[in-house]
Amino acid sequence: MHFGPHLLLAALEGLVTSAVLALTALGLSLVFGVMRVVNVAHGEFFMLGAVLAWALSTAISGHPALGFVAALVIAPLIVGAVALVAERMVLRRLNYNPEATIVATIGMLYIIQQLALTFYGPEARPVEPPFSYRILLPWFGYSGYKLSVVAASALLLVATWLVLTRTKVGLLMRATQYDSETAQAFGIPVDRVYGGVFALGAMLAAIAAVLIVPISQAHYLMGQDPLLLSFIVVIIGGLGSLRGTLVAAVLIGLSDGIISMFFSPTLAKIIATLVVAMVLVFRPQGLFGTASR
Amino acid sequence: MSDKNGFFDLSKTTLSRRTALKGLAAGAGLAVAPGFVRYSQAQSSAPVKIGFQSHRTGIGAAYGRWYEKTSAAAVKAINDAGGINGRQVELVIEDDGTDPARGAEVVGKFATQHKTDIVFGTLFSHVVIGSAPAAGENKIPYFVVSEGHHVASTKLNRYVFQPGITDVKSQIQSMAPWIAANAGKKVTQIFPDFAFGYDHRDYLPPALKAQGADVIAQIAIPPTESSFTKYFPQIPAETEVIYHVMVGPAVLTFVKELGEFYGSSRPQLFGFMDSLEATDINSPGLEFLDGSHFWEGSPRYAQADDSPAQKAYRAAVGIDDNGAAVGDAKDVSTASHMFGCWETLYVVKKAMEDAGYKGPEDRAKLVEATEALKEFAEGPEHPQGPKTFNGKIHQCFGIQNISKVEGGKLKVVHKTKIEDGLYEAEGDYTTQAL
Repeated sequence: MHFGPHLLLAALEGLVTSAVLALTALGLSLVFGVMRVVNVAHGEFFMLGAVLAWALSTAISGHPALGFVAALVIAPLIVGAVALVAERMVLRRLNYNPEATIVATIGMLYIIQQLALTFYGPEARPVEPPFSYRILLPWFGYSGYKLSVVAASALLLVATWLVLTRTKVGLLMRATQYDSETAQAFGIPVDRVYGGVFALGAMLAAIAAVLIVPISQAHYLMGQDPLLLSFIVVIIGGLGSLRGTLVAAVLIGLSDGIISMFFSPTLAKIIATLVVAMVLVFRPQGLFGTASR
Repeated sequence: MSDKNGFFDLSKTTLSRRTALKGLAAGAGLAVAPGFVRYSQAQSSAPVKIGFQSHRTGIGAAYGRWYEKTSAAAVKAINDAGGINGRQVELVIEDDGTDPARGAEVVGKFATQHKTDIVFGTLFSHVVIGSAPAAGENKIPYFVVSEGHHVASTKLNRYVFQPGITDVKSQIQSMAPWIAANAGKKVTQIFPDFAFGYDHRDYLPPALKAQGADVIAQIAIPPTESSFTKYFPQIPAETEVIYHVMVGPAVLTFVKELGEFYGSSRPQLFGFMDSLEATDINSPGLEFLDGSHFWEGSPRYAQADDSPAQKAYRAAVGIDDNGAAVGDAKDVSTASHMFGCWETLYVVKKAMEDAGYKGPEDRAKLVEATEALKEFAEGPEHPQGPKTFNGKIHQCFGIQNISKVEGGKLKVVHKTKIEDGLYEAEGDYTTQAL
């Protein structure tokens, strides 16, 4: 294959990775930014979204798009509810202590993963894409669904940004992120904001998973890679910075696609991890983060 | 009533605290220590304990579940027919997480804690290679169902056997003539980047060369990879056959993305069933596999000429004519590999009976009795087909199936002969000390 088409394919693959990564990492970044909680179980909410998408799409017969749309609406709601319960029953009782919540979310990671193994099983199960249009380029074919994932993800990111900057809920979140004590003094129900943010973070991961599951199947171990990549993105972009998360996701996604296609996937991971190390050394607050007060 | 002899007079008793404790200790010692009663019991009726190293979690979990089902069915059949040497068989299952380090720990646990008679059942080659030294150190026979060439390479040790499933080198050698004659002469290989994949990487090129065909590119993919499109540009345009063998949970994605990449203008495809084990070949996105060929150890779909033994085996394990669990069409089995568990357990039975096996002290005798085996006839104990066994390299040899995807099913179009897969032994385990 010639260089041009090769690069195009690499860029397309990178864009799909970026799109899904941006949504997942945004959830992680929100939770950290507002609650100062490092949610190690974030990848498992992603997995839960995919598994539920499988369950819903198999339960609903008829055109595959019906099941998919149902999954896109219902799966994130269920995952959000699970996250809310976990937040109320575990994180809140730990007073959001940073060290304790890390350990607690590691525990949640294993519990969710093993429950999925017990009730869903070890198989990778496919979900039919809502449409299977194959874009025929002169050099290779490409899945039309994959491109629609990029578009859907972009829309969702814009929607999240609008919620955060243009609505009252977003204002409450930003106020809590800026200074939770003062926010509380001004009558903002910080406790409820925390619950909502944790649920929202998990829902974003679940939506990303529903989008990706027709491309790569639902499997009980699928949460590990997104978790690692999300951490990389969030550290590079700056914890709690929406813009930073987005830029870093595109950067990591594209470089992963291009480097792994022209060199090797292992090299792509090596470089991403090296960038994280460099960022931590030279700019610990991340590219767009603000130094902690 | 009077107490003339003072039996009930406590003041006269000679039972001091010290003697009481001594008595208690002696009694406890009799009950716990190497009691003769328990020992003779073990020889007569205590069950033969088989430690089953299972991939319950990790990337091998789908295989692990079906390996357990098949082994449970075989153990039930053996027990119903009177067990081994009149003793019932009991499986002790430990999860190895499809991880070599944990695999070695599990073997150690079987040997020292569960005190099982043998260890059995491992599939993934890196786990076998990681666990084999532990089996050698503990001098516990280790019967794997792994398919890799590592056992037959004689690079492991005398306690490791693979009597129930053929190895990759033999499989490739017996199928290469068919590939070169029917699929094409310019072959690109896609394989997982670990031990099992390396067997394919190393043995396919010479086997094809002997048939006048060439491997023109080799693409290694990490076993935990979840997206594959990025590897496909490495496939040279002049490729006539893509030879694919993938393992792990992402196999379906692999085949689907290959379909999206090529569409209908694809090269010929020859795959190892490993690429689709536990996966429905009628899953969305797999339509493009229609007309392609697969290696199958034991056919997933019931064939018109199935032997009565094959039918009985399928019924005992609980798979329907499509190779899925009876009652759950979505629960597709790992038919190409799991028959090896059934056959291996019957080899263990035969070897234990030949050795007059009584307990762990006879493990060395069991090793020698297994090495003395030569042939396994096709039948209820070996439903996949007849096999020969080479005691020097601890490996069996058998027939292979090449199946074509037709109308959403796999139909066997070619069966190889045992002789096609024989090769020169690379060493001799029997020269190693027991």
